Amino acid sequence: MTDATSGPDVNSGPTPDNALREADAAEKKGPMLAADGTPLKKSLMRALRREKLRALMLIAPLLIFVLVTFIAPIADMLFRSVENEIVAETLPRTVVALEDWDYASGEAPDEDVFAAFYVDMVEAEEFKVHTRLGSRLNYETTGISSLFRKSGRGVGRMDTDEYTDAFIDLDPAWEDPAVWMELMAADTTSEILPETNSAWDSWLRILKENDDNVAEEEPEDFLYAMLYRDLTRNSDAVAAYDGPQAALLQAAAEATADIPEVSIKEQFLDIDDDWGDTEVWGTIKAFSPKYTSGYFLSSVDLKLTPDGVEQQPDNQKIYLLLFKRTMFMSLTIMVSCILLGYPVAYLLSNLPMRVSSLLMILVLLPFWTSLLVRTSAWKVLLQQQGVINDILVWVGLVADNNRLVMINNQFGTIVAMTHILLPFMILPLYSVMKTIPPSYVRAAKSLGATPWTAFWRVYFPQSVPGIGAGSILVFILAIGYYITPELVGGTTGTFISNRIAYHISSSLNWGLAAALGTILLVVVLLLYWVYDKIVGIDNVSLG
Amino acid sequence: MKLKSLMLMTGAAVAAAPMAFAQDMADSMTLVSWGGAYQNSQVKAYADPYKEMHPEVEIVWDESSNEAVAKLRAMNEAGNITWDLVDVVASDAIRLCDEGLAMEYDPDELLAEAPDGTSASDDFGDLIVSDCFIPQIVYSTTFGYRTDMVPEGVEPPSEICDVFDLETYPGKRALEKRPINNMEWALLCDGVAKEDVYDVLETEEGQAQALAKLDTIKDEVIWWSAGADTPQLLADGEVFMGSTYNGRLFSVIEEQDQPVAMMWDAQVFDLDGWIIPAGLPEDRLARVMDFVKFATDTQRLADQAKYISYGPARESSAPLVSTHADLGIEMAPHMPTDPNNATNTFLYNYEWWADYRDDLDAKFQAWLAQ
Repeated sequence: MTDATSGPDVNSGPTPDNALREADAAEKKGPMLAADGTPLKKSLMRALRREKLRALMLIAPLLIFVLVTFIAPIADMLFRSVENEIVAETLPRTVVALEDWDYASGEAPDEDVFAAFYVDMVEAEEFKVHTRLGSRLNYETTGISSLFRKSGRGVGRMDTDEYTDAFIDLDPAWEDPAVWMELMAADTTSEILPETNSAWDSWLRILKENDDNVAEEEPEDFLYAMLYRDLTRNSDAVAAYDGPQAALLQAAAEATADIPEVSIKEQFLDIDDDWGDTEVWGTIKAFSPKYTSGYFLSSVDLKLTPDGVEQQPDNQKIYLLLFKRTMFMSLTIMVSCILLGYPVAYLLSNLPMRVSSLLMILVLLPFWTSLLVRTSAWKVLLQQQGVINDILVWVGLVADNNRLVMINNQFGTIVAMTHILLPFMILPLYSVMKTIPPSYVRAAKSLGATPWTAFWRVYFPQSVPGIGAGSILVFILAIGYYITPELVGGTTGTFISNRIAYHISSSLNWGLAAALGTILLVVVLLLYWVYDKIVGIDNVSLG
Repeated sequence: MKLKSLMLMTGAAVAAAPMAFAQDMADSMTLVSWGGAYQNSQVKAYADPYKEMHPEVEIVWDESSNEAVAKLRAMNEAGNITWDLVDVVASDAIRLCDEGLAMEYDPDELLAEAPDGTSASDDFGDLIVSDCFIPQIVYSTTFGYRTDMVPEGVEPPSEICDVFDLETYPGKRALEKRPINNMEWALLCDGVAKEDVYDVLETEEGQAQALAKLDTIKDEVIWWSAGADTPQLLADGEVFMGSTYNGRLFSVIEEQDQPVAMMWDAQVFDLDGWIIPAGLPEDRLARVMDFVKFATDTQRLADQAKYISYGPARESSAPLVSTHADLGIEMAPHMPTDPNNATNTFLYNYEWWADYRDDLDAKFQAWLAQ
């Protein structure tokens, strides 16, 4: 803590800062020059910059260390709460095609969307990313996970091979990869055969992934299907094509009218009826942007649906309740730590050295014991067949068939956590109380104060910085605790951190976990700010 | 001098020959498992014999199977996979496979044939529930109860619905703090036929029905999240009956001699096995494949049952199951797959739960918190 009357100048003498201020004041009278003729202000600025740079270089190693190992990972994790690139990355064509589709129409998208989706799925299946997208979207709409898994298996076995056979019957040259390569290499194909061209790019990526040579692999069904679509939709455009294989293409364009159409939409509906469900498509559309507010909405019991933001059904609302409970219980634990810790710290700082160091070891001993051991010890003490209940029954205070329930609920969690966090309250309190001169209280008493007045008006105000520091420590530690609530919390004593842990390690819904974590962080920062406004952060002392 | 150096060189060449051969396979391997008695059974049945055959291989164990899914994903994102073989339950294997974090394999190529020549894919049969999952054991989640807490003049509980019968069998129950298994049992005891359970559970009404049934015992339930909780609660007399893995109950009953008995009714079979992380370098992959082929052959799987009461996943291993290594008792009657125990079993539907896990978990947790 710095004393209000002592500025930096008092301790360290004038700095370029002071000179700069003086120069500023002097400037009104006309520029003041340094010895070498440059304006004094400029010269001072340079000196100041040099000094600041040197100071920065001194702390640079620590700064970089903190940035790389602490800030960057946290920032990366927080970023996941809005990041949602997986949909647009896995289904790039579908996302574009879906832009024209209206969820409110109540009808499944048309053939164009399914055709785009077909090519996307073929590529995604090859790279094994369709199931990952399926589990991502399953967080939003139940059933999508298996739908994607099933469809991934199905896209290779669709009836689109009829197109392949038809084109090859027309001219065996269509089977030749070299012909395709020539066709696709021409500049105009991207305009004349847009879908085929885009599918060809996918095909090249698939071959590259498998280390296959383009010239040796027979083109797959989806390429013929796209070619058919391009040719039927815009058969006149083919005339504009003058590259190699123009005759072949022209002949194919004329013949497509005779090739029966295979509806890709029907193919998907054959795999699973759910592809006709607007809910599925609505979810894909709602989560197609690269950044989503979906995770944050979920963490406050809302949800993003194709219709906009909606309330989560009542039987799924849990997060707000858990946030409130976490706050309430952390505050309760903090208050019980103050009540229990204050007398102990007072005793420690006022007893003779020999006795107080012995007591200090008693305070620190549990601090050095494993967290799990301490939590399990509370289980042994508090459970229904536990030590405390046994004693109460033996004494006769409690009937044997009516033992107290003290664990696996809120009470047990508060007891165990208060015990675990108590040293974090006692230590700052002790170090502050140690610096309060005993003569103040004595002086108050000699001036006629009762012991209570002397304590309340003289001693207590001086110990407030210790309470502040202890409270902040205990509260912030409590709010993020999850091992103890998991073990002794039962159903009513679990914290929001238990859900975060679940989403990180079990459901793999890291986005939701990140959103919950971000909210928790913001709440803590807010409380810190409020605390600063009310008590003042200068009034916190760790000793 | 010349002769001496020649001899030295020959010696070096002879020494180098097996080295060069072994270089195709890495010399160390990190296996991930659950720790405790289960990992111990794997060390005894698989790792120790393998080390005898290949003394040059160093096997490191990591007890992280509990958070394997999250850790593998983190490793994958960091581009540095330090694990070679990971023991996970089947539902986690499916999730890892979906996420592209586990390697797909061909059973007949990777795994050994049965002694009678049956192919691995036939020997394991339906237990290969995912393209990435190499089955190892069949375990079951079932109930155990304190024999000394059965009320006088009442038959000991023998049916799953006795768990929901607070009048005849008063006392606390321990149930797992997740919807899986609990929802199915609740529906079974609310008059739903076994084959309809998942169809019913798919509907909002069915889910509400299951939770309503659980509501009838909610006040008497202690919810567990670690497999060791129920055995401890039973041993302390904190609960009358509780669900847990059958191997845990075996050790409470047979190894620790507690007054606890099994209630095999409506036990839910589940699988545990290996997955190979996707993207291993070639030398490490070669070593792991060599180990897996050995560790999942018929004899090795049967050997594991000497140390823990979980059923081998191969059909051909069942007849080879012998006695417990320390206690000397026959292990076959303690296997969940034993015909006497498996009179009424329930099949866990992996695919269904992969879809509904997130949704039902949210509902279940909201219900718990009320």
